[in-house]
Amino acid sequence: MERKIRVLIAKPGLDGHDRGAKVIARALRDAGFEVIYTGIRQTPEQIANAALQEGVDVVGLSCLSGAHNQLFPRVVELLREKGAGDVLVIGGGIIPYDDIPRLKEAGIEEVFQPGTPIEEIVNYIRKRMEERRKEG
Amino acid sequence: MDRGNPPVKGRGLASRILQGDIKAASRLMRDIDDEVEGTVEELKLLYPRTGNAYVIGITGPPGVGKSTLVDRMIELLRKEGKTVGVVAVDPTSPFSGGAILGDRIRMQRHSTDDGVFIRSLATRGQLGGLSRSTHDVVKVLDAMGKDVIIIETVGVGQDEVEIARAADTSIVVLVPGLGDEIQAIKAGILEIGDIFVINKCEQEGADRLENELRLMLEMGSKRPDGWVPPIYRTEAIKGEGIKELLEGVWRHRETLLEGEGHKRHLRERARAELLEIIQAEVMRRLLEGLGEELERMVEEVASRRKDPYTLAEEVLERFLCQGTKSKG
Repeated sequence: MERKIRVLIAKPGLDGHDRGAKVIARALRDAGFEVIYTGIRQTPEQIANAALQEGVDVVGLSCLSGAHNQLFPRVVELLREKGAGDVLVIGGGIIPYDDIPRLKEAGIEEVFQPGTPIEEIVNYIRKRMEERRKEG
Repeated sequence: MDRGNPPVKGRGLASRILQGDIKAASRLMRDIDDEVEGTVEELKLLYPRTGNAYVIGITGPPGVGKSTLVDRMIELLRKEGKTVGVVAVDPTSPFSGGAILGDRIRMQRHSTDDGVFIRSLATRGQLGGLSRSTHDVVKVLDAMGKDVIIIETVGVGQDEVEIARAADTSIVVLVPGLGDEIQAIKAGILEIGDIFVINKCEQEGADRLENELRLMLEMGSKRPDGWVPPIYRTEAIKGEGIKELLEGVWRHRETLLEGEGHKRHLRERARAELLEIIQAEVMRRLLEGLGEELERMVEEVASRRKDPYTLAEEVLERFLCQGTKSKG
């Protein structure tokens, strides 16, 4: 049996707009992934612990409040601390282009802007998971 | 089987889990769910350290507030100083094979509590695999030393009923105004419920539901241990009625532990589990042995050249008589 791809979709920060996150969750489910959605207003600690307990391959962070520069890197940091640094962390939401290099440097491996076709996200995750499995 | 990663035997997950390694526990649960080879070896090592947790099953139709109820129960159990494991099972989409597992939303505040471990599982629709992987995940939580383990399932299918049956105490949750709520629970759930909960009890129709429920429970056959399933009213969102509910659970535990009831329960559970493992393993080995041949047989039956009964007999004779080659 093939390993399923398990994804945690999480919304750090204080904004309560999770329409986008939910649309992504649906799309990933329709792509055959198992998606754990943890709801709005999550602290990085809650997100990292949930990722750890759920044994996910991917954490998708969505933030519209503008606090991504603090919150996204913190999630990566905590995952590494907890021995789950192998989890692929990606982000989305309202992220200014100028912030992306810094986020990538902090370990957020890809940032998807509004308007990204969902297929692109699905294909990206699939491709990365295949690569990882080949690496072992 | 993970084709990408060649299986490594004795990865030492079990010993790491027993030392309290969360990451190892999470990893083993993943292997259980993905049916990775060699997982059984780890479970064998954990088995002697299981059997200490008290397992509570919670089931009921979608939207009755099971997750919120679980959240409140965790809260109270933690206040009593007990550690808690949760397995929340949600259905896999039959169309895409994917799933959205959202039970965790209601319990996320416990995420940062080291005494709580929550795991979401998708049903994945395998042959009898759902309850098996759930039971194995429960074993991991048990070996991790969790005092109480709660299994939450949507009570609509036979598999879910089977899971609940494996619990020490099964709670069936209903809400007023579901319409044919009693109809929905007629098929089997009434018998497996040790405790019934009317959640959202502030809503209209709670009295009627309770009356109907009581009537149906009275009509049912008497339980051998004399336990009469109580009905509790809760308003989980406000945390009301939870204390009484948990007291009910502990009362049920006492009844269970007294006399012959417990032994019988353990025996029934052991039998069900053993048969389930045998069944799954026989099926796995048969399918492995058949390989491509299965499709040819399917074609023969589909085109009506052969009947399925004869083919099934042939397959069983071939594999059961020569003994299935042990592997894995």
